[in-house]
Amino acid sequence: MSLDKATVAKVANLARIRVEEKDLEPLAAELNSILGWVEQLGEVDTENTAPMTSVADMQLRWRTDEISDGGYQEDIVANAPGHEDGFFAVPKVIE
Amino acid sequence: MGMIIQGATGDWEVVIGMEVHAQVTSKSKLFSGSATEYGAEQNSQVSFVDAAMPGMLPVINEKAVEQAVRTGLGLKAKINKHSVFDRKNYFYADLPQGYQISQFLQPIVGEGVITIDLKDGETREIGITRLHLEQDAGKSIHDQHPSMSLVDLNRSGIALMEIVSDPDLRSPEEAAAYIKKLRSILRYLGTCDGNMEEGSMRADVNVSVRRPGEPFGTRCEMKNINSVRFIQQAIIYEANRQVDILEAGGTVDQETRLYDSVEGETRSMRSKEEAHDYRYFPDPDLLPLEFDDAFIEKIRADLPELPDDKKARFVNDLGITAYDAGVLVAEKEIADFFEAVAKGRDAKLSANWVIGELFGNLNRTGKSLSDSPVSADSLGELIDLIKDGTISNRIAKEVFEEMFETGKAAEAIVEEKGLKQVSDTGAIEAAIDEVIAANQDKVAEYRGGKDKLFGFFVGQVMKATGGKANPGVVNQLLRPKLDG
Amino acid sequence: MSDLTRLTIAEARDGLAAGKFSAVELTAAHITSMDAARGLNAYITETPEKAVEMATASDQRRAQGTVGKMEGIPLAIKDLFCTKDTLTTAASHILDGFKPKYESTVTTNLWNEGAVMLGKVNLDEFAMGSSNETSFYGNVVNPWRRQTDDQPLVPGGSSGGSASAVAAYTAMGATGTDTGGSIRQPAAFTGIVGMKPTYGRCSRWGVVAFASSLDQAGPMTRSVRDAAIMLEAMAGFDPKDSTSVDMDVPNFEAALTGDIKGLKVGIPKEYRLDSVPAEIQSLWDKGIEWLKAAGAEIVEISLPHTKYALPSYYIIAPAEASSNLARYDGVRYGLRVEGKDLADMYSRTRAEGFGSEVQRRLLIGTYALSAGYYDAYYLKAQKVRARIAEDFNTAFKEVDTILTPTAPSAAFAFGEKSGGDPLEMYLNDVFTVPASLAGLPGISLPAGLSGDGLPLGLQLLGRPFDEETVIRTAGVLEEAAEFTAKPSDWWRG
Ligand SMILES: [Mg+2]
Ligand SMILES: [Zn+2]
Repeated sequence: MSLDKATVAKVANLARIRVEEKDLEPLAAELNSILGWVEQLGEVDTENTAPMTSVADMQLRWRTDEISDGGYQEDIVANAPGHEDGFFAVPKVIE
Repeated sequence: MGMIIQGATGDWEVVIGMEVHAQVTSKSKLFSGSATEYGAEQNSQVSFVDAAMPGMLPVINEKAVEQAVRTGLGLKAKINKHSVFDRKNYFYADLPQGYQISQFLQPIVGEGVITIDLKDGETREIGITRLHLEQDAGKSIHDQHPSMSLVDLNRSGIALMEIVSDPDLRSPEEAAAYIKKLRSILRYLGTCDGNMEEGSMRADVNVSVRRPGEPFGTRCEMKNINSVRFIQQAIIYEANRQVDILEAGGTVDQETRLYDSVEGETRSMRSKEEAHDYRYFPDPDLLPLEFDDAFIEKIRADLPELPDDKKARFVNDLGITAYDAGVLVAEKEIADFFEAVAKGRDAKLSANWVIGELFGNLNRTGKSLSDSPVSADSLGELIDLIKDGTISNRIAKEVFEEMFETGKAAEAIVEEKGLKQVSDTGAIEAAIDEVIAANQDKVAEYRGGKDKLFGFFVGQVMKATGGKANPGVVNQLLRPKLDG
Repeated sequence: MSDLTRLTIAEARDGLAAGKFSAVELTAAHITSMDAARGLNAYITETPEKAVEMATASDQRRAQGTVGKMEGIPLAIKDLFCTKDTLTTAASHILDGFKPKYESTVTTNLWNEGAVMLGKVNLDEFAMGSSNETSFYGNVVNPWRRQTDDQPLVPGGSSGGSASAVAAYTAMGATGTDTGGSIRQPAAFTGIVGMKPTYGRCSRWGVVAFASSLDQAGPMTRSVRDAAIMLEAMAGFDPKDSTSVDMDVPNFEAALTGDIKGLKVGIPKEYRLDSVPAEIQSLWDKGIEWLKAAGAEIVEISLPHTKYALPSYYIIAPAEASSNLARYDGVRYGLRVEGKDLADMYSRTRAEGFGSEVQRRLLIGTYALSAGYYDAYYLKAQKVRARIAEDFNTAFKEVDTILTPTAPSAAFAFGEKSGGDPLEMYLNDVFTVPASLAGLPGISLPAGLSGDGLPLGLQLLGRPFDEETVIRTAGVLEEAAEFTAKPSDWWRG
């Protein structure tokens, strides 16, 4: 598996990171070098191995259904680069 | 019955599958302790978790788990004691985490079934593919600011059940029946309030067309439709659009389309389509969701009687017609009301009164059952007055109108207006004598063999008593006197 | 009064208790030291006023007879921990100006035990790095220098600011976070003690996430005893973190009995890498001898999948990160770079806000999860991870603790490994990553000097939630190693 420029551009778009055209090629080379090194995982027999799903040997805890949070609009938008009347403001989305 | 579209080249069958997002009835959100109530001030029911602040972590609400299992049981579905929360990754303004916590490969509920009720008491079974738990997104408002969209995260993180049907539906009517039945079941279970206007229930509708008997065609998905009527309109429009394309020799592109209820059409949303790759993977902030049989059985033991069972009971035990039973069980509230009326009374008569008079008046005045001026108890009392002969059926209708208008009790109205039925033979006899005396010519005709005139005399006697005479007693006394 | 900054936490605790000095005096000494050490660039944000305020309150509590486990002890906080109303950056441009309205559980625990915050310390951006060369706020400098030259050296990473701050006596201890070795490796590079507890021991709530299934907070101090004291204050069950384990926190300091007679210590043969310098191999051998001399039994063990730990880590961590860092989109906090529409705003914000190493990892992670590659990369890596964890499970049936070197080299110079190939840098984590993947507790302690006078560390690993054995063994090693070397204080302005 080897990434070409187009794939890097596609992945960058998925990750919403703007990459300049001129940087695609060198990035592809870097990523390929890492992925090439990762290929060695193929040597490990994992036929009968389940993927690790939790690190700690425990069960998921459940919360009781109570209103215990929220109610602080000001704190929610306090750090927003754009906010308006308690809303977050973003460039207009056209649907 | 399926919807068939006749094209120039032959018939096309419509195939529909639905993904319904139903808001779980719970006080707090799926993974945070903030409130879920509808209509609060923007961003006031948002925790740092819901706003995806750095370092915030999800903790699951036990109520959401319970409600999902409860719904699964109501859909006669397989409950998965081990399920997994995955992240569905995509960027959108109202998705603060940059991913939605959902369930992908291992949902909490597997295959189930819903029986839908069609016209003429016909039913069909529609397969349920799965039900999974997931977070709702926030809400963007596009029309309040000239250059900005405004984002409110009150909905962000609210628990949803996504209920996916098999592609078993074949017409807009079936789709409507499906969503109504699903809503009814959810309401019976108390797991979703089914309020489509407030967005507690929204449907993604998948539509495709095919030649009857052939494999499925390419489908288009119309997202987030929030009314039964729009669902039907969207299906009709979309099915015809696809048929037009195919008839013209074209191919249908698999895509997401938006249903515009104002224009009554569906439109491509290609902009949203680009690079769909959700990169699902198990959420490392959560462990697998696990519970045991005892947990399931505890919920099962607590299940209410669901509409199908209730309908069967009404038909089999109470002798109500399938159609009437279907009407009565559609809403739990109605069924409860009816059962309160019918308790210890004539069930058929009770059903007639609920469906006929009560619904008629509610419809006419635009009221819902919850604000009916006539309670189940007082309707029951009215029926008792008919049964014990205090008033006639006809008078009862008059009394009901009055009850509906004033909220007064039946007995009080009967008393006040002196509507009590007259069964006193002396008084009725006197009236009969009067009628006979005044209509000697008609008496002669009757006696000459014109039997049909009997009804005329009954009418005259009733008129003479102001409608209050007990018709049975009138019959009994009138015949010997006419016969002479 | 002698220099209060040279005390250990345990000594300061005793001094405060005996009334030899006040928390305010102790804090003032550290503020002076922090000022003098600016050249190390260890701190992103200094909070001297807050420190004095907290120290004053601490003295008042003490006067009233309430004394926490860390009463009056001034600490540096890795800038990955959210601190209420204090700038929290994760050393990234993308969190510009972010002042959280909440306090992380770990720092809350520390303040509840009486600790004092001196400031927020530098790190690799989003904790992604092993040399502290990826911070938006500049490189952190290691207080140690080679005997042979004056070249500035890296402090290791990602908790490089924490390590440097503690090693340069500007704080008595610092919080760190360890995802693949980010506490242990910088501790080794700066001659201090760094401990990563078992995954689930310290709450992750309020700690900026890098890789959720790996991240663990831990203490960085100048002695094993201090690490034990500080860990006890940091740790504890937190219902706000679904991966936090509901278990009592032991008295870790009490584990320092000095007695390891009969203890079985595993030496994994796969960690004998040809590429590792002889002086590190021989320090490891010394460690084995010290433990043997103290009555431990040395057992050679095999961890057959060791070699695959790094490649699986460099899929799992970036994959989780690619999702964890999706929230930095310019909408709710931090940097926003305007664009022609929402998507453009996202991609410009993220291109400008994230540094190149973070971007590289986000791209790798995104790719590893994308359609068609998930099975080959992410799923495969998680399966290999399960086998690595299995290796440790098997080993710990036989032994009580495992001894290894902490890092394959001593501190290196800036640019030495961050030039071309990112893989060269990744190899730095070769000895620390396996235990991270398995979620095990580990400690690094300074055990000797390299040929050119730089500190070298040894690492001890333990069974899940058996930090006590790790601490007990580390205490014995510490005593045997008699590591007393100190960096010269060239940085003092
Ligand atoms: Mg859908
Ligand atoms: Zn959904």
